[in-house]
Amino acid sequence: MPDRELIDKICVASKRMRHHIINMTYNVGNVGAHLGGSLSSVEILACLYLGVLKLNIDDPNWENRDRLILSKGHAAMALYAAMAESGYLDVNQLSTFKQDYSLLCGHPSLNGLKGIEFASGSLGQGLSQGVGTCLGLRRKNNSSSRVYVLLGDGECDEGSIWEAAASASHFQTNQLVAIIDCNRLQYDGETIQIMNMDPMADKWESFGWDVNEVKGHDIADLLEAFEFQSRKPYVIIANTIKGKGISFMENDYRYHNARLSKSLYEKALVELGAEND
Amino acid sequence: MIEYNKKSARAWSLLGTCGAHGIAARELVESNPKVVIMTADLCSFSGLDRLKTSCPDRIYNVGIAEQNMIGIAAGLAKEGFVPFVNTYASFCTSRCADQVRVNMSYMKFPIKLIGLTAGYAVGILGATHISIEDMALMRALPNITLISPADCMETVKAMIAVSDTPDPTYIRLTGSVNTPIVYTEDYEFRIGKAIWLCRGTDVCLIATGSMVSVALEAVRMLQEDGISSSVINMHTVKPLDKDALMEANEAHRLIVTVEEHSIIGGLYGAVSEILCRLGSHKTVVPIGIEDLFVHAGSYSWQLQESGLTSANIRVKVQNFFNK
Repeated sequence: MPDRELIDKICVASKRMRHHIINMTYNVGNVGAHLGGSLSSVEILACLYLGVLKLNIDDPNWENRDRLILSKGHAAMALYAAMAESGYLDVNQLSTFKQDYSLLCGHPSLNGLKGIEFASGSLGQGLSQGVGTCLGLRRKNNSSSRVYVLLGDGECDEGSIWEAAASASHFQTNQLVAIIDCNRLQYDGETIQIMNMDPMADKWESFGWDVNEVKGHDIADLLEAFEFQSRKPYVIIANTIKGKGISFMENDYRYHNARLSKSLYEKALVELGAEND
Repeated sequence: MIEYNKKSARAWSLLGTCGAHGIAARELVESNPKVVIMTADLCSFSGLDRLKTSCPDRIYNVGIAEQNMIGIAAGLAKEGFVPFVNTYASFCTSRCADQVRVNMSYMKFPIKLIGLTAGYAVGILGATHISIEDMALMRALPNITLISPADCMETVKAMIAVSDTPDPTYIRLTGSVNTPIVYTEDYEFRIGKAIWLCRGTDVCLIATGSMVSVALEAVRMLQEDGISSSVINMHTVKPLDKDALMEANEAHRLIVTVEEHSIIGGLYGAVSEILCRLGSHKTVVPIGIEDLFVHAGSYSWQLQESGLTSANIRVKVQNFFNK
């Protein structure tokens, strides 16, 4: 059972991350931002950055670090928020999100922002990069680092995900952990309406992966899932709610990418409550 | 240790550029511990059978999954390795263009992409297997070096040369087995530095890949017509050797580009893009594949159909001077 203190710490960070995401979105005005999938990824990324990943902030390229690949690159706001909460970024830097020449692009980029392993934005590529990273670690006899790849459930429409899933199993990349932010919505609507990939767990299992299905906003559940040491490639299917935390955004696909008016912004802040409670 | 001499040139020519690729891959694996070789189910075809037996841990066969192959190569490159990745030219460029764009062009991982049978080498298999647009695609992507070796010896040299650079690179292998020989002895191969194979005063034939040997043939024919020709082996199409091009423009009355590729976006495009920036320049006549898919057929027949022959070069040059 994960440590209570750690759970509380991640809970507080998650709340702050939601504030960061709302602030970043309001700050970019009419440009809008990927709210829904960022809010659904909050606890997953908070657990990773504050409780799971072996990282060295002073040495982002430390050989024995764990690698995180944000394959669903549109959840960049959640990533930056988690990086801010874990000390990788100055919280004030978040206000530069999507500004001209900012290191905090709409999708993560290798533009000098420390701690980003791969640029993303074109869906369906992170799992292949994760397999290759695992093969590289094996060549270097690094068996202690794990490679985490955060995917979206809509992203699993991409055929390249399944090419990668098969190859992970074939090459026995047992250091690979995929997490699916399974919020059941994509840009145009419900995943079962747009492209039904159910039963998701059975698909991964049939590709030779260990599968663990968890409540994606339950920190204790997530931490426990991350503790599991698999002898196969391992996927955590995190059942989440798109737009989680703001009632009028929850389960509404229109908030996949949206802007916030002043009144909606204020309403969202009221729902979230004080940032540091 | 590889020896560059007449005997090697003959032996490699028999194998063709795919076989020469295998020779270079063996050398690279032996000499550079960071090199790994990847293929999409083309171990045998790309001359890797011996390496597969002698060093199985240095080869990754990812099956028929080109998109995944590029992503895996990016992961390996990120961890410090130098992946040489091969499959048919059409499949490693257009099939996985987005993976190439993101991982090689955008993130600049030093992946060395080897396009086998570029042009018409397997044209008997139809338009799916020919590759007449790969240079156009790769050339439009920032940061990617593009090399098109003139023969098997240059294939070996190019592969070894690119292993030492941090640049993402596409090597386009043209020609079938019994590849015509351009080089029979060792020479200096420098990425981005064109090679003058002969010098004349009337026409400069700027050729790349399989068309270098065809251009050399044309020189002898044109000589019979009293036309003095130069031939440049433009093995690196990006970055193009501008100095050589400027010299070609100044020292000749006509420039002809010769390539086993579409006349859109390849060598003709690269040459024209530079010359058009000048206030005035010599006429540039393109010899390449028109904007269409030639019907499936043998390699030699397709070359003939597309006018990729020394006889056609002669006619085009004669037409210009007889105007």
